[in-house]
Amino acid sequence: MHELSLSGAIVNTVVKHAAGRPVSVVTVRTGALRQVVPDTLEFYFGFVAKGTVCEGARLEQELIPARLRCAGCGSEWEIDMPIFMCPGCGAAGDVEVASGNEFEVESIEVEEAECIAPR
Amino acid sequence: MHRTKVKIVEEALDANNTIAQANRADFDRAGVRVVNFMSAPGAGKTSLLERVAADLPGVRVGVLEGDVQGSMDADRLAALHIPVTQLNTDPSFGGECHLDANMVRSALPGLPLDEIDLLVIENVGNLVCPAEFKVGEDARIMVSAITEGEEKPLKYPLMFRACELVLVNKIDLLPHLDFDLDKFLYNLEAVHPGVEHIMVSAKTGDGIDEWRDWLARVGSPVEAPA
Repeated sequence: MHELSLSGAIVNTVVKHAAGRPVSVVTVRTGALRQVVPDTLEFYFGFVAKGTVCEGARLEQELIPARLRCAGCGSEWEIDMPIFMCPGCGAAGDVEVASGNEFEVESIEVEEAECIAPR
Repeated sequence: MHRTKVKIVEEALDANNTIAQANRADFDRAGVRVVNFMSAPGAGKTSLLERVAADLPGVRVGVLEGDVQGSMDADRLAALHIPVTQLNTDPSFGGECHLDANMVRSALPGLPLDEIDLLVIENVGNLVCPAEFKVGEDARIMVSAITEGEEKPLKYPLMFRACELVLVNKIDLLPHLDFDLDKFLYNLEAVHPGVEHIMVSAKTGDGIDEWRDWLARVGSPVEAPA
């Protein structure tokens, strides 16, 4: 359900960078730990984009797997379930997130006018 | 027309985080500590506040009450004769299911910051969105009622990992439910290793002293740097 708010955050970020130019593609990177449902995000993005430079833009989503790292024993592994304990040494306190927390606008494609109007 | 690719690489919630930092700076200037208080609907946030808000030793508490609509919770807390400000997300903010930094910023002018030491922001009941949006808080506390089941930390890791304290509420119901407390605590530790928790019952008062002490520690007037 947070996909609605997250769509708004994406559109706001894009509008800031588009500088008025129509946007055709928005690429976002979402980490698995953000629990974003891709179809739902795409659905809401289409709604929220209406009336902005993002209207009609395609949303491309790069999904980043959740990977954890154990500072204790140095091992790194991917998780499906949110279990933040090291399978190698059993430690919990030293486990850090290597990837999976991302929620960022990676790039946009904008339509540029072919020629600049004479001054 | 031709297409140009523009590299951005910007955290999409940066705008919210920037406003949250501005809120935090304003709270700091006023010497007010802030708690973001979160849970699913009906877990007992208001009841747990009712238990402690009026008698935190040495700490004057104010509440910013976030709801989609209505002021039922604010009215309950106002009966304790503490400053309570209602912030409804409907209609001003399109009925949002959480508070964000901008909504809290809009409420700042109406908050009696010079009369309080601790502001508790009671977020909209929701286990997902509030975890994403910082509002300018010093600490995040969530309530998980045992009626919600022992698997909730595994289902809502964003929320359970976002907080510094988990209040496990409604423990008076333990004898009546199939809730497996050990399993819940195991799941909690797996999702957020080392997170503090307190077993409480807003109904019977179990654990309330410990909850009051925890909140009082967060809210103790900040000592001016020497």
